[in-house]
Amino acid sequence: MSNFKDTFELYDWDSLEKEIYTFSATDVQTVLSKEKITLDDFKVLISPAAKPFIEQMAQRSNALTKKRFGNTIQMYIPMYLSNECQNICTYCGFSMTNKIRRKTLSDAEILKEVEHIKKLGYDHILLVTGEANRTVGVSYLKNAIKLIREHFSNISIEVQPLDQEDYESLIKEGLYAVLVYQETYHKATYKTHHPKGKKSNFEYRLDTPDRLGKSGIHKIGIGALFGLEDWRVDSFYTAVHLKYLQKNYWKTKYSISFPRLRPHEGEVQPKVEMTDSDLVQLICAYRILDEDVELSMSTRENSNFRNNIINLGITSISAESKTNPGGYAVEPQSLEQFEISDERSTEEIKQMIKSQGYEVVWKDWDKSYTELI
Amino acid sequence: MTDTLKIADKIFSSRLFTGTGKFSSSQKMRDAIIASESELVTVALKRVEINNESDDILIHLNESHINLLPNTSGVRTAKEAVFAAELAREALGTNWIKLEIHPDPRYLLPDPIETLAAAEELVKKGFVVMPYIHADPVLCKRLEDVGVQCVMPLGAPIGSNKGIVAKDFLEIIIEQSTVPVIVDAGIGAPSHAAYAMELGADAVLVNTAIAVSQNPVEMGIAFKMAVQAGRMAYNAKLAPVKQHAEASSPLTSFLNE
Repeated sequence: MSNFKDTFELYDWDSLEKEIYTFSATDVQTVLSKEKITLDDFKVLISPAAKPFIEQMAQRSNALTKKRFGNTIQMYIPMYLSNECQNICTYCGFSMTNKIRRKTLSDAEILKEVEHIKKLGYDHILLVTGEANRTVGVSYLKNAIKLIREHFSNISIEVQPLDQEDYESLIKEGLYAVLVYQETYHKATYKTHHPKGKKSNFEYRLDTPDRLGKSGIHKIGIGALFGLEDWRVDSFYTAVHLKYLQKNYWKTKYSISFPRLRPHEGEVQPKVEMTDSDLVQLICAYRILDEDVELSMSTRENSNFRNNIINLGITSISAESKTNPGGYAVEPQSLEQFEISDERSTEEIKQMIKSQGYEVVWKDWDKSYTELI
Repeated sequence: MTDTLKIADKIFSSRLFTGTGKFSSSQKMRDAIIASESELVTVALKRVEINNESDDILIHLNESHINLLPNTSGVRTAKEAVFAAELAREALGTNWIKLEIHPDPRYLLPDPIETLAAAEELVKKGFVVMPYIHADPVLCKRLEDVGVQCVMPLGAPIGSNKGIVAKDFLEIIIEQSTVPVIVDAGIGAPSHAAYAMELGADAVLVNTAIAVSQNPVEMGIAFKMAVQAGRMAYNAKLAPVKQHAEASSPLTSFLNE
């Protein structure tokens, strides 16, 4: 079976970057006149030349999203299980060298957090950890999924990359989706930002979605962390990755997230700025490329931006998120992985979504489907 | 004579079946469905809490003339579909099931192999099986053989609103079928629904086109009227379409000379 690495190596970062910055308004008009667009067309839509066409792209993105997803927005909430980490990631609050108090939730603490989260109404949950394979390895994750399974219809994780058989064993426990972001597809920059720990292995991370696809997972979330490198080139690689995965693992659903670097405890501040208008352009371009991919927005973004993004192609959002283990009920005051920008309550977000004519969806999966595997 | 539709033991006055997804609120969904006069409404098991009596979707459909048709959307195999159908039967108290097996989450195209296997088993277990399938005439006959009570071939990819793009195959299915044929998926406008009915479909199922419309209630009514008009036209027999204009210089006039 193939691996994404082979496809990845067909592209050269510098030539892509050069190409993306040389498109003209005529190129954009040609692409926008097409009904279906290709990866080459996508390059044009994320180029600076497409910026004047952002309203046209937004209208199209809105219509395509409504056709496929209807007037609905899916709600999810992250639950941080641990901030222990043996990686150095220059931009992350959990990075090994940061002097913060480390915490991994016990069974009782997990259930206390769950109790709080359930009161807010959530039925889709995302479990997040750092990378500490000895204390927060596969058996810890397996136990956590077992503990919370009866409380949620849909369980996702965002943890260290694992081997195929590990994913298979977690799926058996009721795991629905795995989110794993490449951070950047620029190999040299990746090395600079991940100098130590298992995460420094670029290739192992790059092939993680392949291992997930082979494990038969229901959904894979991919994306780049914006701020490390040119967002346009990173997003093009993400799109290539998406199309590769869809072809090879056709029974799996895909989602894309758009994390922009936020201030935190680490040292590195964004090298490349991605403006609000850039992010809107990118979201619309992804939607025009692919009608079916889920596009997800976290509380990293501020209230005003999130209010407006509902109409532009986003299909799922979180609210009231805490990015510290125990942040909901166990230790609400501890240090977060990154600062969240939108601190409104779940109820406020729900009202905001409804007021724009969308139904808030809490449940769109049945746990009995996952348990059957 | 009233022109009703019978599937298994139920008689329907309306030939418009509807869905519950993609509406901007449960209230709007309810209003549109009531306005459409639809009597069979499909609901995805994965979207409802089937054991919760106050589930937002289910309470909005609590009307004596609305029959719930649970569907198995989200399952990838026959085994999963059978399990989901049994869950639905137990929780919702209906042995009707809309069998949807689409392992491909992008275009939601039905898996014919798994669908046939699941249909056979579900019929044996006493279900009224309504299978969502490609417009594949042979598959329809195979499904009849295992005892399904109707077939639901697609008009176009689901949610595409492209209309009756599978016309040639649907015509063969309608011609050959001994069970009701319900055109499901792809119907984007009342004219598409009317067209399917003119072709001789027994009913249509419409969701996206109503749910995503600016005014779902008005669109529900428009579909109701289109389905009635199409059915009436079918019963009244459409005038034949002339394939060619009559030539002004006939080639065979010498025969009459």
